[in-house]
Amino acid sequence: MRQYEITFIIDPVLPGDEAQTAAKAYEKLISDEGATIVNVDNIGLQQLAYPINKKHSGLYKCIEFQTPDGSVIPKMELAMRRDERIMRFLTVKLDKYGVKYNEDKRNGLIGTAKKSSNKDDNKSEPTKYRVAKDDLTLIEGVGPKVAKLLTTSGINTYSKLSAATPAELKDILTKGGPAFAVHNPTTWPDQGQLAADGKWSDLNAMKARMDGGVLKPSSEEE
Amino acid sequence: MASRDDIKFLSNPNLGKDKKKYCRFKKFGIKHIDYKDPDFLLQFINPQGKLLPRRITGNSLKYQKKVAIAVKRARHLGMLPYVADLLK
Repeated sequence: MRQYEITFIIDPVLPGDEAQTAAKAYEKLISDEGATIVNVDNIGLQQLAYPINKKHSGLYKCIEFQTPDGSVIPKMELAMRRDERIMRFLTVKLDKYGVKYNEDKRNGLIGTAKKSSNKDDNKSEPTKYRVAKDDLTLIEGVGPKVAKLLTTSGINTYSKLSAATPAELKDILTKGGPAFAVHNPTTWPDQGQLAADGKWSDLNAMKARMDGGVLKPSSEEE
Repeated sequence: MASRDDIKFLSNPNLGKDKKKYCRFKKFGIKHIDYKDPDFLLQFINPQGKLLPRRITGNSLKYQKKVAIAVKRARHLGMLPYVADLLK
């Protein structure tokens, strides 16, 4: 059983339910020919990227079906060519990845993750709230990798970072491997304290006086 | 407002560091490219609606061919333009 999908554009300026009956007729044609319809996707009215038959929009519809011998396809394509209500159509054979993709899409596994995160972003207050979600990389001297190490070691918020002593942090870093051991965490608790209190301007001022997470020796005179 | 302390570099220090391009399909395990998703395909065409070369997008040959097929299908169905100006 091979799986195919046929996407077609129906003329949007049809009277009444004409568009629906046109679509139904093709669904019936598919099932009459011994093929089984897997899914019907009503994509709906969409703007065309260029005018087709002097029209600038079209009703998109996509039928996914399984057929044992494929005999339905030439018949349906012929019918669509003759049908004036159909502006364009495209039949595509789906490989196993295509079948899986469409299944995932139906189950909401594709595209939704991106959308839902976008929604969250819109709901939450712009940058301030998200910064307050404790992005440890904002601490001078902490990069993405170190932030990950700290998070897995139980230090996932600014307040926890401020509560930790430099010695403890150094211990975590040394355990993390030689790549982490070079970091100097002496100022991190202080920075964490400022970040936890939301004193971003103070933190930025402090960061400006630092080099790689260490206070510059000359900073006191300035 | 940017105070004096905020200004550390005159120019972006990351400029000139060339990041290695990669094939996003290989990296993220995308096996199927949907021709019905014009927003996604828009990443692989230039403002004139032409396909971007592999040396720009970093796609592997296998997936560049699939991208090309998907873009051509999308054009046929009126989801992407054949010719355009200022597409992006």
